[in-house]
Amino acid sequence: MDVLALARWQFAIVTVYHWLFVPLTLGLGLAIALMETQYVRSGDVKYKTMVKFWGKLFLVNFAIGVATGLFQEFQFGMNWSEYSRFVGDIFGAPLAIEALLAFFMESTFLGIWIFGWDKVSKKVHLLSIWMVVIGSNLSAFWILVANSFMQHPVGYELANGRAEMVDFLALPTNSYLWNQYPHVFFDGVATAAFFIIAISIYQLKKNKNQEVFKTSLKFGVAFGLVGTLFVGLVGHSQAQMIIEQQPMKMAAAEALWETENPASMSLFTIGDEEKMEDVFAIKIPAALSFLAYNKFEGEIKGIKDIQKEYEKTYGPGNYVPPVAVSYWSFRIMAGIGTAMLGILLLAWWVAFKNNFEIPPLVYKILFFSIGMPYLANSAGWIFTEVGRQPWTVFGVYRIENSVSIATTAGEVWFSMIGFTLIYAALVFPTVYLWKKFANAGTDGLEIHESIKSEN
Amino acid sequence: MDLNTLWFVLITVLFVGFFFFEGFDFGVGILLPFLGKDDKSRRVIINTIGPHWDGNEVWLLTAGGAIFAAFPHWYATMFSGFYIALFLLVASLVVRAVAFEYRSKSEDPRWRNLWDWCIFVGSFVSALLWGVALANLIRGVPIDGTMTYTGTFFTLLNPYALVGGLATLSMFTLHGAIFLTLKTTDDILETSRATARKLWLPTTIILLLFVAYSYVETDMFVALGINPGSIPIIAMLAILSVGTLLKAKKEGWAFVMTGITIAFSTIIVFSGLFPRVMVSTTNPEWSLTIYNASSSQYTLGIMSIVAAIFVPLVLLYQGWSYWVFKKRISKNSELEY
Repeated sequence: MDVLALARWQFAIVTVYHWLFVPLTLGLGLAIALMETQYVRSGDVKYKTMVKFWGKLFLVNFAIGVATGLFQEFQFGMNWSEYSRFVGDIFGAPLAIEALLAFFMESTFLGIWIFGWDKVSKKVHLLSIWMVVIGSNLSAFWILVANSFMQHPVGYELANGRAEMVDFLALPTNSYLWNQYPHVFFDGVATAAFFIIAISIYQLKKNKNQEVFKTSLKFGVAFGLVGTLFVGLVGHSQAQMIIEQQPMKMAAAEALWETENPASMSLFTIGDEEKMEDVFAIKIPAALSFLAYNKFEGEIKGIKDIQKEYEKTYGPGNYVPPVAVSYWSFRIMAGIGTAMLGILLLAWWVAFKNNFEIPPLVYKILFFSIGMPYLANSAGWIFTEVGRQPWTVFGVYRIENSVSIATTAGEVWFSMIGFTLIYAALVFPTVYLWKKFANAGTDGLEIHESIKSEN
Repeated sequence: MDLNTLWFVLITVLFVGFFFFEGFDFGVGILLPFLGKDDKSRRVIINTIGPHWDGNEVWLLTAGGAIFAAFPHWYATMFSGFYIALFLLVASLVVRAVAFEYRSKSEDPRWRNLWDWCIFVGSFVSALLWGVALANLIRGVPIDGTMTYTGTFFTLLNPYALVGGLATLSMFTLHGAIFLTLKTTDDILETSRATARKLWLPTTIILLLFVAYSYVETDMFVALGINPGSIPIIAMLAILSVGTLLKAKKEGWAFVMTGITIAFSTIIVFSGLFPRVMVSTTNPEWSLTIYNASSSQYTLGIMSIVAAIFVPLVLLYQGWSYWVFKKRISKNSELEY
């Protein structure tokens, strides 16, 4: 493999791995902040027990999320130095702002939160977890400012052989961002909800600390309904925007070879990417037009026509992203998202039953659904990034120009194997600790009223 | 001062912050297996930096982000050129970060032992690599006319850079030992004191050796001249005074002095670079400077406003966090890590 192919693989591996942990940090942090707010308002130690229990799981996740995030900031320069030169003027700013606004806030106040139970007042302690939540959301926001520029470049002009910033405020007000950020935020909420639901029913089945986990389960269901519903609603408006801003990405997601009006939506397609035609397909007539324009008519451009258009605009070249990857990752994301709503209704029924006698199958479904948001999160990002190819900055800068010149294939192999081994090795202690804490439940948590209460 | 100079100064400040704060973190990590004879002592040692190490590391992330935003060519040339060194640095920081958080979450002695090793190796390798990187920055590396690094990983492993590595390694270890004398009690306090005293002389000798070597290997002599000015002299006097202060059990002052040595040495390195950010040994004309490597004036202006608002704010709440955890930690304290 050449440096370009290796650098792409490395980006995919380290980014998907990093993203396994970030949504839970976003969502579970918020959940814990809400629980602690309830504790401070009511003084009920049940809520403090919840904060402590979920807090332990949160910290394991937070640590590995931060650790795997370190390379994210370095890899643009290491593997993508030419990209960094080209966009640094406008792309570096959100990264620097992320570190200055978000990372300092997150890490400093998390330190206060972990170590400060008896050193600061209840209210300051509560404030600390909220600062962590705000910090991690600011971090998500600013890194998505950077990613949104790659998807839908705004606020720049081409000068001195690079993209230079001419309007800073265009970056945080990018229309793409205002679909992407809420999508990521609610996806974090949904991920945390399924995490809470699965571990709560596991504890309830063991008949342990019913009160704490019954409350947690109810909380998880409510949290999950909000998260999953909104992730879907935002996703819908996001898809409509992508049809407008990146028509090729959406055409690939639907394996729509020819322009159609009204356009049908694919339920299941096996296609031939070389010949650009369907081998076997089941389609719902006019449904894609409906999703795009809220009515059963309207033209959706197909891959072949968009390719011709792009050749006219950008010169000769292949502008079709990998269709099968785009198509299936989009379906996995959307399919799982829909299934999650159904599972939440099941969890609702369990949460509001008077006893905990549930069929083993229901238990299994609820427990193993903990993995669903993870699959959807990964598939969503694979779709977003693969569907943008061959561009790094859509319509402006191509992937083959982005890769480092000074770097050799041997070096990328070295670091890719190195990180893959380290990341793979880190799975074991992480899962071990999660199992350990999830198993222990509330046993061994030292819960007492804070010594240093109101002052 | 133009915006390019301002951003060079600001990046210097971020590195001063990083080396000062993370410097004692690295030192504490390196000393962990030597000063922590039993599990309880090790926990005390780790808890002295427990609430802070993560925030300290953010100084580096912010410096990296600032280099990217203000001097994209510097970021691109350095990061793609120092590839393997950076991989080793990031890998060390990754295992070290996870180790702090995971270490005391299981009672199994093998588990704890494994993570203690990760903390030690991660801190040791990082502390060493920083000196290697800084020495190569001021010595210069092969860079061609397109701002592309043309050396290999082994180009970076020259004798001068290795002495630089030893200098940061020993300096951070001493800084960490003195930090521990301020944050611990009883027997750990006593062993930290003894260790700091033992470390002082070798550290000072390595630093002086590095300074002398710098006059031979770099153009620092040309940059600084016969009379180097007050900053290098103060840095030198500061490290010399540490020996006496430690003997007099004035550890608070000793910590201030190692802090001054670290801060001023960082300033010396960066002022030796100025106005270059990467020195080309292939052709001086091909060096990257704060002008040919920088972002546009518009971007630098925007980022200056952002920095003017948020850097003071960060200093304020980080300072507050050190104040909250100002107490010494003993074996009777409640240990989170």
